[in-house]
Amino acid sequence: MANEALETFRAEAAEWLKNNFPSTLAGKGMGIEGEMTEDTRADWETWRQRLTEKGWGAPTWPKEFGGAGLSHPEAKVIAQEMGKIGAVNHIPLIAGMGVTMVGPTIMEYGTDDQKARHLPRIASGEIRWCLGLSEPNAGSDLAGLSTKAEIDGDTFRINGQKVWTSGADISQWCGALVRTDSNAAKRDGISFVLVPMDQEGIETRPIKLISGASPFCETFFNDARTDKSELLGPLNQGWSVVKRLLQHERQSQTQAGTPRATGSRKSLQEKAKDYVGTDAMGRLADADLRNRVARHLMDAQAHSLTIGRITAEARGNVEVSAAASILKNSATFVAQTRAELNLEIAGSQGVGWEGDHFSAEELGNVKDWLFGKAMSIYGGSFEVQNNIISKNILGLPETTQKD
Amino acid sequence: MAALTEEQSMIRDQAKSWVTEQSPVQKFREMRDKDVDGSYFPETWSAMVDMGWTGIIVPEQYGGSDLGYLTFGVILEECGRQLTASPLFASALAGASALLVAGNEDQKQAVLPKIVDGSAIVTLAVDEGPRHDPAGARLKAEKSGDGYMLTGDKTFVLEGMTATHFVVSARTGGEGEQGITLFLVPATATGVSREQVRTMDSRGYANVHFDGVEVGADGVLGPVDGGYPLLEQILDRARAGMGAEMLGTAAQAFDMTLEYLKTRVQFGKVIGSFQALGHRAAMLFTQMELARSCAEAALQAIDENADNVAELTSLSKAKVGDFLHDMSNQLIQIHGGIGMTDEYDAGFYLKRARLLETTFGNQAFHRNRYAELLNF
Repeated sequence: MANEALETFRAEAAEWLKNNFPSTLAGKGMGIEGEMTEDTRADWETWRQRLTEKGWGAPTWPKEFGGAGLSHPEAKVIAQEMGKIGAVNHIPLIAGMGVTMVGPTIMEYGTDDQKARHLPRIASGEIRWCLGLSEPNAGSDLAGLSTKAEIDGDTFRINGQKVWTSGADISQWCGALVRTDSNAAKRDGISFVLVPMDQEGIETRPIKLISGASPFCETFFNDARTDKSELLGPLNQGWSVVKRLLQHERQSQTQAGTPRATGSRKSLQEKAKDYVGTDAMGRLADADLRNRVARHLMDAQAHSLTIGRITAEARGNVEVSAAASILKNSATFVAQTRAELNLEIAGSQGVGWEGDHFSAEELGNVKDWLFGKAMSIYGGSFEVQNNIISKNILGLPETTQKD
Repeated sequence: MAALTEEQSMIRDQAKSWVTEQSPVQKFREMRDKDVDGSYFPETWSAMVDMGWTGIIVPEQYGGSDLGYLTFGVILEECGRQLTASPLFASALAGASALLVAGNEDQKQAVLPKIVDGSAIVTLAVDEGPRHDPAGARLKAEKSGDGYMLTGDKTFVLEGMTATHFVVSARTGGEGEQGITLFLVPATATGVSREQVRTMDSRGYANVHFDGVEVGADGVLGPVDGGYPLLEQILDRARAGMGAEMLGTAAQAFDMTLEYLKTRVQFGKVIGSFQALGHRAAMLFTQMELARSCAEAALQAIDENADNVAELTSLSKAKVGDFLHDMSNQLIQIHGGIGMTDEYDAGFYLKRARLLETTFGNQAFHRNRYAELLNF
C-alpha cells in the first residue's frame, strides 16, 4: 500500500477512534478481568461492541469472520493511533489464545462450519480460548502426549491431564491436542480437537508459580466430551495442525525484547545511575556493570533492528517464518538479561518480596524476573528453538530422537 | 530499516560471482606465499576500478556513481568472504570519505577523480600507539610559512606501503579532542618515510614517519584545530564499512563450518547430527542475523544522514566484532585438526578476524563509546 493511502487511512482511523473510544478508559489498563474497576466495566463493554462492529478486534481477519480485512501495515496504524490516545484493543486479551493462535489456525484448517461458528465470537472477544497442549510427561517432547480421545457415537470421549493451560479456569473453549491412535507412530496418532470447557468432565486447578499467582492451570479431562464436528484438520493429523499453531505462537512472542514491551518509563542506564552513582567523568560508577548494561542495550537494539530488517525483507508482512525461532530466542535473551540487570542494579532493594520497604516497581521487577524464567521454556524452549533452527534453517540432520 | 533494493541485490550477485571466480581465497594464499609487494595483486585493483567499485560513494561530478554506503557494504561483504586483498576499503571507502566529509571543493576535485580511477590510493593515518585513540594524536603540526610542518609517527596505517596520500590527524594545539587538524599529505612529500608492518593476516599495513614534512595551506582538510568532529565522522564511515567486510569474513567462516558439519563423519554419523554442534551452529546463526542487522543499519544511517550514525556504527563494530571473534574461534574448533593446518584456509580467517577487530577500535572501545553516547 502506498504511503499516501496509508496516511489517509491513518486520518480516518484517528477520526473513528476520536468518536468511538470512551475517553473514560484512556490509559486505564488493558480492560481485563481483575484489573478493571467497577465504574469502567460498562464502558469497556461499549468499547468491545464498537470494536466488534468495526472489525477491529482482529483487524487483519477477513470481514466474514468478524475482522476488517485490513493489511498488516493498516493494523499497525490502528495500534499506533490507539497508542496516541491511550486506547487499547482489549479483544485479543479477553479472547485468551483466540485471536493470536486458535483463530489463525482455524482459519487455515477449519471447516466452513467451524469458521462460521468460532471465528466471529473470537473476533468479538465473547469467547475466551485456552490451549491444552503440554502434559506432565510431555513438555518439550510434546508428541509424547497421552491424553486420549476415543470416538464414542457422535462425540469424542477425552481422558487425561493437561498442564500450563493458561487461563483454563476462565475460558469457555479449549484447543486440545489428543491421542486418537495409540498404535501409530507417536506423531501420527495425534488429533487437534476443540472442546467446550463448561462441562462436568473438565476440572481446572490454578498453578502457583515461583513468582506467585499465575494464569496457568492444570486441566483434568475425565470422560469429557466434544462433538465429532469439532475435530480441527484431519483425524490423526493433528501434529501438522499444532506445528502451525506453534509458529503463530512464536510469532506472537518475538516482540518481548523491544522497548515498548518493557515496563518502566525510565531507561535502564538512568535507573542504574540513580542506584549506583557516577564517577567524575559521569560514567556509571561500577565499571563491570556499565560494560554489561552497554552489552545489553546493544543486544536489545540489535534485536529490534533485526525485527525491522526481517519485516522489511518480508515486504511488510511477517507471516509465520523460520526466522521466528531466531527472534524468539533473541527476545527471550534480551528480556531475561534486562530482568537480571534490573535486580542487580537495585542491590538489596532488588530482592524484596512484599511490604513497604520496597517500591512497587522494585517488587514488580522481582516478579517479572521470576516469571521471565518461563520465557525460555514456554512456546518451545530455547533448546527446542535451536533444534528448529539447526534442522529447518541450516539443514542439519534431526538432532532429536523420533520414535 | 529497509531491505536491500533490487539494484543492491544485483550488485551483490555481481560482486559475489566476480570475487568467487577472480579473487577467491586461493588467490589470497598465492599472494601470501609469494610475499607480493604491497600485499595485493595490481590486476585485482585495476579490475575493481574497471567495475566501478572505487566510485560507489563518490558523487557523479567527481566521476563516481554515488550509490551510497549500503551498496558499498554489499561489495565489501563479498570481498570479506574471500579475503580479497586490495586497497578498496582503505582508499575508495575510508580515503574517499575523508575527502567527502572534510575536503573543500578544490581538494575534492583534485583527489576524488583519482581515487575513482585508481591512480590515487588515499588512506587514513590516525593512530600512533597500539590502541585506537583518535583523540590522542601527538604528531605535531607547526605553522610554517603559508602552511604547516608535520613531525611525528603514525602506526598501523592500512595499505600504508602503496598509498599515494595520507589523511593525517595532527596536533595544532590544545589537548584531547581540542586542537586536532587533518592534513592531506602526499606520500612523495619530502620527509615522509614508511616501513611495512608484517601482520599475521598478511594485509598491507605500514608505520609512517613524518620528519619535518612541509604541507601547504591547500593540504589542510577542514578547520584548523577543529578537525576532531570531522575525524569522528570519517572514522564512523570507515568503521561502518569495515563492519560490512567483517560480516562477510564471518559469514564465510560460518558457511565453511556449516558445510563441514554436513560432511564430516565420525562415530558413523555426520557431526552436524550431534546436538551439541547443531545448537552451537544455531546460536552462531542467530548471532549472525543480529550482527547483519547492525551492519546494514549503520551503513543505511550514513546514507540517510541520520543523527544516530555514531551510535549505530559503534553498535555495528561491536556486535559484528563479537560475532566474528566467536565465529573465527568456532571455525577452528569445529574443524578440529584440519583447521589447525596451514594448508587449510581456516587459519586465514582467524588471523584476519583479530586484525579487523582491532582496526578502528575493538569491541571494548565501541561498547565504551556506545555507553558514552548514551550518557552513562
